[in-house]
Amino acid sequence: MEEPLDEANELLLDGNAVAGTLFEIFGEEMTASPIECSGCGREGELGSLLAFAPAPGFVLRCPACEQVILRIVQTPDHVYLDARGAVYLRFVRPAV
Amino acid sequence: MGERFVSRGFVGKRQMSAPGGRLPPGQHGVADFPVLSAGPTPRTPLEKWTFSIEGEVERPVRWSWEEFQGLPAQDFTVDIHCVTKWTKLDTRWRGVSVDTLLEHVQLDPKAGFVMAYCDGGYTTNLPLPDLLNGQAFVAYGYDGRPLAPEHGGPARLVVPHLYFWKSAKWVRGMRLMEQDKRGFWESAGYHHRGDPWKEERYAGD
Amino acid sequence: MLNRALEWQIATVAAIRTETARTKTFTLSLPAWVRHLPGQHYDLRLTAQDGYQAQRSYSIASEPEREGEIDLTVESLPGGEVSGYLHDVLVPGDRLEVRGPIGGYFVWEVSRGGPLLLVAGGSGVVPLMSMLRHRRAVGSRVPARLLYSSRTPEDVIYADELMGLQDGGDGLEVIHSYTRSQPAGWTGYARRIDADMLKEIYRPLGGKTQVFICGPTLLVEAAADGLVAAGLAPGRIKTERFGPSGGSA
Repeated sequence: MEEPLDEANELLLDGNAVAGTLFEIFGEEMTASPIECSGCGREGELGSLLAFAPAPGFVLRCPACEQVILRIVQTPDHVYLDARGAVYLRFVRPAV
Repeated sequence: MGERFVSRGFVGKRQMSAPGGRLPPGQHGVADFPVLSAGPTPRTPLEKWTFSIEGEVERPVRWSWEEFQGLPAQDFTVDIHCVTKWTKLDTRWRGVSVDTLLEHVQLDPKAGFVMAYCDGGYTTNLPLPDLLNGQAFVAYGYDGRPLAPEHGGPARLVVPHLYFWKSAKWVRGMRLMEQDKRGFWESAGYHHRGDPWKEERYAGD
Repeated sequence: MLNRALEWQIATVAAIRTETARTKTFTLSLPAWVRHLPGQHYDLRLTAQDGYQAQRSYSIASEPEREGEIDLTVESLPGGEVSGYLHDVLVPGDRLEVRGPIGGYFVWEVSRGGPLLLVAGGSGVVPLMSMLRHRRAVGSRVPARLLYSSRTPEDVIYADELMGLQDGGDGLEVIHSYTRSQPAGWTGYARRIDADMLKEIYRPLGGKTQVFICGPTLLVEAAADGLVAAGLAPGRIKTERFGPSGGSA
């Protein structure tokens, strides 16, 4: 099935593209984190999510249902994180 | 502040100069038209497209694409300012002024705010006065051609005096509200109004 | 992954090599080099005199066994702000700000086993090349196949090296598909990657195959869908979408 290739489609990237920023924000490598979509239940690694950036912030969406999974805005002093689209976020516990 | 590393010979794609006073603080000029998006490009067929005004109005109104094309339209040339710091001067649009659209409804005097809503789920809120008196339009033409999907086609809101995230792509309607409610970016840290001349980028600015 | 700070460092350009008409490899010497995983990338940042910055991500092309330096292979995009600078302005001896290595999902090393199916579209071959160079460096015989889609034979990056790796007799097979023009007498694939092609290539490797697909979004989606249709479990497929510049973002 041929889809018209518009500029925006060519620019469609994934979680790998924002890995550095995610590392900055979460303090650890996040692209291998498992993510479950709260909309359709798809399970996959964060790196496989569709990424929309640049944008005023960045948005990670489910590749199956396109629901917003993560929304992140970085202002000069703060990070706003909306993770309602993910059933959970998982972090590695620091070794003690 | 320590010495910052500078890349030898790097200048970037920016236009190095712009006529005085046309760049708001913190902005730089660009010659291309960057595409920014929070989601995939929607593809609503024109037969299904409608534009509505609803909410705090006496009676909601809705136009089909054909009906919308029949409304009096104008050509606009405006500068646009994105919160990600690029400004594009002299962009040329064709569309219907929001004043013209609002002539078709009876506004409730309590209505002070608008939520623009779009295909794909994007929303943005604006104070009603910022949409009046020639300050805003729903555009379906850009640079002499039909507005391309990646730039918001079939139609988008254009409110050039505010940061361009308020100029909602793929707009399908406006909901008049008594209370201000935050839209997609506003509920994630962005300013409720977004005046580039006051650098109202983030909530609390 | 170990918790560590992700810091910018100043790399020195040690060498620049032309790979094809549109791609070059930049060898960077890193003062704070750490061993990377094949598939990872570095972020690269350019700063103008007035503070304006542009940043992109580029996959590491080289194997982690090569200490102290990395190769980044970059395709130049018409009008590309960063790729244009790298291709047209940068010379050996110049310095670049980079940070990394970054990535934990689209990575593979020999200890993870195989078989391995790598699917590349255009400059998407870069991170996969790191995997193949690593595989060779440690003398692995994990069965591996690279399906590499290019427009023309002149667009193939690392053409000679890939032939050499295949001739090395350690179980690597390289399969090219040329979508626009083919070499004289070509009897191989001459079309975009599709489900039939993938079925033929994946079948002999079996259901335990780990798959890495990298390239433009449409190719990545078509290949992933095609492999799932061929019976491969979705969890065995890892994808990385490349922007038109040949890197991400």
